[in-house]
Amino acid sequence: MRPPVQRYRNILDFALSSLLRRKGRNLALICVYTLVVFVLASLVFFVQALKREARELLVHAPDMVVQRMVAGRHDPMPAAQAEAIRAIRGVEEVQPRLWGYYYDPVYGGNLTLMATSDTALAADSVWIGQGVARTMRVQEGDMISLRGYAGLPTLFTVQKVLPEASELVSSDLILMSPRDVRSLFNLPEGLATDLAVTAGNPRELPTIAAKIVERFPDTRPILKSEILRTYEAIFDWRGGLMVVVFASAVLSFIIFAWDKATGLSAEERKEIGILKSIGWESADVLLLKFWEGAVVSLTAFLGGVLLAYAHVFFFSATLFEHALKGWSVLFPRYRLVPALDGYQLTVLFFLTVLPYTAATLVPIWRAATVDPDAAMRS
Amino acid sequence: MIQHPGILALLLASGLVSLLLAAAGWQGFRILRGWNLQSGSDAQLDLERRTYLVSTLVANALVIQILSLFLFIFTADSLHTQFVGAMCAAGSLAANPFGYPTLLAKLATCLLAGVWLILHRADTQGRDYPLIRPKYALLLVLVPLVLAETWLQWRYLSGLKADVLTSCCGSLFGQGRQGLAAELAGLPPRIMQPVFWITFGALMAAGALLLRARRGAVAFSLLSLAFLLVSVASLISFFCLYIYELPTHHCPFCLLQREYGFVGYPIYGTLLGGAIAGLGVGVLSPFRARKSLAEALPRMQARLAWSALILAGIFTLMVGIWMILSPLKL
Amino acid sequence: MIQLAQVVKTYQAGLATPFTAVDGVSLDIPAGKLTVLKGPSGSGKTTLLTLIGCMARPTSGRIHLHGLPAGTLLQLAEGDSLEITSLPERFLTAIRRRTFGFIFQQFNLVRGISVLENVMLPTYPTGEDRRFVEARAIERLEGLGLSRHLHASVDRLSGGEAQRVAIARALINDPAVVIADEPTAHLDSRLSEEFMDLMGQFKAAGRTLLIASHDPIVYGSPLADAVVEMRDGRIVAGP
Repeated sequence: MRPPVQRYRNILDFALSSLLRRKGRNLALICVYTLVVFVLASLVFFVQALKREARELLVHAPDMVVQRMVAGRHDPMPAAQAEAIRAIRGVEEVQPRLWGYYYDPVYGGNLTLMATSDTALAADSVWIGQGVARTMRVQEGDMISLRGYAGLPTLFTVQKVLPEASELVSSDLILMSPRDVRSLFNLPEGLATDLAVTAGNPRELPTIAAKIVERFPDTRPILKSEILRTYEAIFDWRGGLMVVVFASAVLSFIIFAWDKATGLSAEERKEIGILKSIGWESADVLLLKFWEGAVVSLTAFLGGVLLAYAHVFFFSATLFEHALKGWSVLFPRYRLVPALDGYQLTVLFFLTVLPYTAATLVPIWRAATVDPDAAMRS
Repeated sequence: MIQHPGILALLLASGLVSLLLAAAGWQGFRILRGWNLQSGSDAQLDLERRTYLVSTLVANALVIQILSLFLFIFTADSLHTQFVGAMCAAGSLAANPFGYPTLLAKLATCLLAGVWLILHRADTQGRDYPLIRPKYALLLVLVPLVLAETWLQWRYLSGLKADVLTSCCGSLFGQGRQGLAAELAGLPPRIMQPVFWITFGALMAAGALLLRARRGAVAFSLLSLAFLLVSVASLISFFCLYIYELPTHHCPFCLLQREYGFVGYPIYGTLLGGAIAGLGVGVLSPFRARKSLAEALPRMQARLAWSALILAGIFTLMVGIWMILSPLKL
Repeated sequence: MIQLAQVVKTYQAGLATPFTAVDGVSLDIPAGKLTVLKGPSGSGKTTLLTLIGCMARPTSGRIHLHGLPAGTLLQLAEGDSLEITSLPERFLTAIRRRTFGFIFQQFNLVRGISVLENVMLPTYPTGEDRRFVEARAIERLEGLGLSRHLHASVDRLSGGEAQRVAIARALINDPAVVIADEPTAHLDSRLSEEFMDLMGQFKAAGRTLLIASHDPIVYGSPLADAVVEMRDGRIVAGP
């Protein structure tokens, strides 16, 4: 082995043995460090996973939805407008949609009711998502009761429970025939909740949207890409806000690290003095301290990241679910899909390891430049 | 401003780098002013101890700076979804006029900090601190540059505004922001191809001359820098097209993405490393006459020149292989 | 071997209470001989040792080393001479590692690691192959009768054993000069005599020895070729 490499190895070996010799002290440091990484990593992973969920949620959503606005509020729109919109150049398909929310007082959950044109679905029957089946404790062939607009219960036969694979999208979904939806919600014929618009070329969507607004000033077209962008921005913003709030914790950790590094124990100071006196140079001691810091940082970083991974993806981020989720767009019961990417790890590394390293530089330098003759004068 | 965790990380990193380098610059200034090697006074001994502090600070700042160069591109890429019309990092960087200047300033500081460390390494080879003055003078150039970069980045990041849905109006941001979608087109391959191969050939020739006859160090350095610039221009102009296998995709940033196997890292890593080593050769050149470096310096220059040549060779080999194997033919 | 000319070391210069530990010392230390620095504590012996041993730089004056081993860092040929007073720490350390072996009054062993590791410690930064170093360390320790303790922790050693470990460590890089600061301060008479016997062996092997001591067993020893007496940082009697 070439000498420089061997030098790094020798000093790394000694750094490890030094760390082990001062177990108690270093363990305390690593624990606090790990905790800081853990909380930040949980946050970053969680936000990332939510963004991903939101994206997947929208995969099947229409490219553009047109809503009608009355007095600044969303209102059912005349299905006849679909024809007028279909006439716009570039529009491929316009589908009136019929859907709404249904609050179930018994189970305390908000369900999504949607009409489907699938003819396999019989009248007075429903298809339900896994989440609905779970909370209502029903299976195929059972009956469920939904309260109509007049307060009267209506019975529906569960014809099918939607397959597991689409749970994310359909967990709280109840599908029924358009006629049933209308009678349950008292929606007159000729009105739709909104219109789903598909364009032949997705790049033309903004132009089509502009034309729709021009022709029907009381409508609001919403592009899927805009919803996505809004979700991303909101999740980033929330995550960022949490990071800022959390910065105070990081700051106190840095002060702690600074204090640890500055307050070298008498024993450690003496040891560095000995090393210097027997032929170690400042650069060698700097390397030793660098290795020690690297081992501590790496241990804490890996530990914190692994714990956070388990926390977010196996325990559904129990610790701050409420701070970040708490939004009805996302469905209440699912396990986040594990996702880990280099970018998130790099960001975490920047937010935790860099401040620690920077905080310890000056104390380390001070320790390393002890006079070699100090050991002789003690 | 967008409170994206990546943006916070970048601001933190540039704050730290500024702090470290400002501290290093201040120490460097004190060293320049009080240096007197002949004296064995406490003050001089203290200054000599401080040289260790300065080199530690700069080395750490350089590492952070290089990492944040990549994080910057990465963050720009991850933000592109929030701007209408931005397809990748190229679009995000164009979101306001400070994006590209920040990137260039980051690149420049990385190069300069690398050169500084080479100078520092050479300085430690001589027994009378032979390069103490040029070294700290360069440091005093580096500090304002880094501060400027921090300011640029702050302007860029704080000026970012996501195109977010508001409840009053739905769509229609897209209007008037078409500029972002404009792809980086680059220079025509017909011109860039010969320019690239000529620069590569010239660099190799200068390297051979330097290693055999020990002449032309400065020319070699200038060619190294030219090679970096020409290579980036060539990546945009035609190498990228082969890698993406798309005749219109010129973006030099998407190379860093998973879709392309992170090939951007070795590509830019070799370019950056080669440029730093190549610049180092020329920067060291004026000091060959110093007696205490008479032996160490030519050896170091040769090693740097070899590194620059090998890295340039690896880069050319990589992009060349892509060019040959790619199903795309221009 | 070592020539000192008008060497001064002042601590806290420029402050209210400057303290001159070594005050204008000129001295020749011949190669292959045992030189003893004698004097009360506070007379500047230890400071002079640190200056000679490249641990600290004098405030003024010149120190010449002759007959240095060949080294790559300084590009020296075998037996070259060098003036060391304005060398950077990196170079001083390089010279010190190859030229001087130190035996400290407090032994200065690193606690919590084994005897063998303590002896090998000075070679870590040189990047020398661990296997060679280990073989050499074992050889040194066996020569000093410590083969039983190779893997014992240094905390368990008696005073005499600890000093022999420190001696083995001082010899690991095969130095031309061995410097000892009050080596017998923590030893009883029998161990002190044994220590001087060892020094005799080193001298016979051709090493230059420099010992600071106010113990009559040391400066009264027939092995001592020259005794230099110091007081208040100056030489008051000697060659």
